[in-house]
Amino acid sequence: MNLLVILPILIPLAAGALSLLGRHSQRVQGALAVIGGIALVISAVALLLATWEQGHIVSELGSWPAPFGIVLVSDLLAAIMVLLSAVTSAATAFYSLGSISIAHRKAGYFPLMHLLLAGVNGAFLTGDIFNLYVWFEVMLVASFSLLILGGERAQMEGAIKYVTLNLVSSALFLSAVGLLYGLVGTLNMADIAVKLGEVDSGMTTVIAMLFMVAFGIKAAAFPFFFWLPASYHTPQVAVSALFAGLLTKVGVYALFRVFTLIFGMDDPLIHQVLLWGAGLTMVTGVLGAAAQFEFRRILSFHIVSQIGYMMMGLALASVSVLALAGGIFYIIHHIIVKANLFFVSGLVYRLRGSYELKQLGGLYRDKPWLALLFLIPALSLAGMPPLSGFFGKFIVIRGGVEAGAWALVAAALLVGLLTLYSMTKIWAEVFWKAAPENTACAASGSNTLLYATVAGLALITVAIGLGAQPVLVLSQAAAEQLLDPSLYITAVLGEAP
Amino acid sequence: MTSLMALVVGVLYAAAIYMMLRRSIVKLVIGLVLLSNAANLLIFTAAGLHRDAPPLVPDDAQVPAGLVADPLAQALILTAIVIGFGVLAFAVVLIRRAYEVVEADDMNQMRDTDT
Repeated sequence: MNLLVILPILIPLAAGALSLLGRHSQRVQGALAVIGGIALVISAVALLLATWEQGHIVSELGSWPAPFGIVLVSDLLAAIMVLLSAVTSAATAFYSLGSISIAHRKAGYFPLMHLLLAGVNGAFLTGDIFNLYVWFEVMLVASFSLLILGGERAQMEGAIKYVTLNLVSSALFLSAVGLLYGLVGTLNMADIAVKLGEVDSGMTTVIAMLFMVAFGIKAAAFPFFFWLPASYHTPQVAVSALFAGLLTKVGVYALFRVFTLIFGMDDPLIHQVLLWGAGLTMVTGVLGAAAQFEFRRILSFHIVSQIGYMMMGLALASVSVLALAGGIFYIIHHIIVKANLFFVSGLVYRLRGSYELKQLGGLYRDKPWLALLFLIPALSLAGMPPLSGFFGKFIVIRGGVEAGAWALVAAALLVGLLTLYSMTKIWAEVFWKAAPENTACAASGSNTLLYATVAGLALITVAIGLGAQPVLVLSQAAAEQLLDPSLYITAVLGEAP
Repeated sequence: MTSLMALVVGVLYAAAIYMMLRRSIVKLVIGLVLLSNAANLLIFTAAGLHRDAPPLVPDDAQVPAGLVADPLAQALILTAIVIGFGVLAFAVVLIRRAYEVVEADDMNQMRDTDT
């Protein structure tokens, strides 16, 4: 048993349980959200430092030895993801304190938020494929409830699409796990990787494709992304930000894990499917965004297009380590920036009472600081140097050039340009143009906490951009670990395969 | 026996997908129920259908004597059934609330959030 690996799951679970017990007291719930968020960040930093030193940290739950019991494994990628989820959760906790209404808090907002994080962190840390399914479901159930909190018509309509497609994805995932178990007779991911190497069966490709579709739906990859822009703009903005930052990235993480550890990238079919998926995800996402005129919908479509860059890193992993490192760098940059953009859209809504670009305007004149706080993540998303997005795109594209995937490189560059177009559109419509007649006046109440959250995340973006070298070293180390599955297998099973 | 089960699983998947492609949200939920059952039955079949002894270890031994059935597949299915039940309970409440708000049992009436 290693406490460090379990804490990122235990902290939100405990905070959620306590929060449920203290649901009648707003003060207790708020305090628990903040304490839980900060404790999670501390434990995640400790985990990342320890993983950096030791390589892999393995914890056998109930002290059942692998491959019989469930193991929690932290490698660099998992530790990075846990840290990102912790930062997002802390930011969301602060933002929620200033933005979630009493009615929503009474409906159980905070316990659900903690539960969602427990599911997300569990999915990052588990080393057992069935356990991964269970954590996915924990995360999903919490996200379903968060999505419909408030019960407006748009939320119901969005939720039906979200719930259906995610349940289909879960059923496919479960089918794939069942077939895999029938084939190799084990559920431990390291053990599967060893045993699958000894099996020579066409079934392997079938299972790989089932995983690809299941995780592709969760990650909102082309052509499975339709649920995302139909639902992400409907809930409370803090919920949107949390979802945008974390949920699709859990799908991406599962793709990274399964297609580096269990299924090698040497299968040409997997390689081709991922390449095409990456390119088409990027292009359709950004074109979808170009056609939108609602703040949060534009951002939702950009999530889809950015997923393409991460998949591109994975698709080129077998040819270029740098591409995979770029994919990981991109995830680090994207989670922070995307959550922050949603937070900004929430602030704009509080000031003007609308998400429609047509009804907005003049904010640069009224709130120049807010305009600056929007520009930092927006330009970062579009890939302007010296912000974090520039380095993310640069490394992925550099990896693409190394691998000689010219079509994908061209698509990535074009999508970067179109992203800039979308961000300029928001800038011009929301901040630059004159305010339309009869603009609603600012909502009452203090927005200090919200500004502080947005500013904090913007600072992180700038820091990742200015200090890109250490982050790149970290991503490269994580990528090298991923590309050498024997390290993971030895760490879990305790002997050389 | 395995071929029969394979056929049943296939029919369940097909029926589930057919139901989910209907416009009615009630049929959508029925489709989801069938889909989760199809997946459970698939695990059951894929893990192997054997007539073996229950996996009980005698008092004085470390391993069970002779061939025994694999209990893990059944544990997986049990977990999946419980999770599936919880999620479907949520889905049923969701379509009820959606029906109250939208006042139609028709996906075509729910295109406000589409693009």
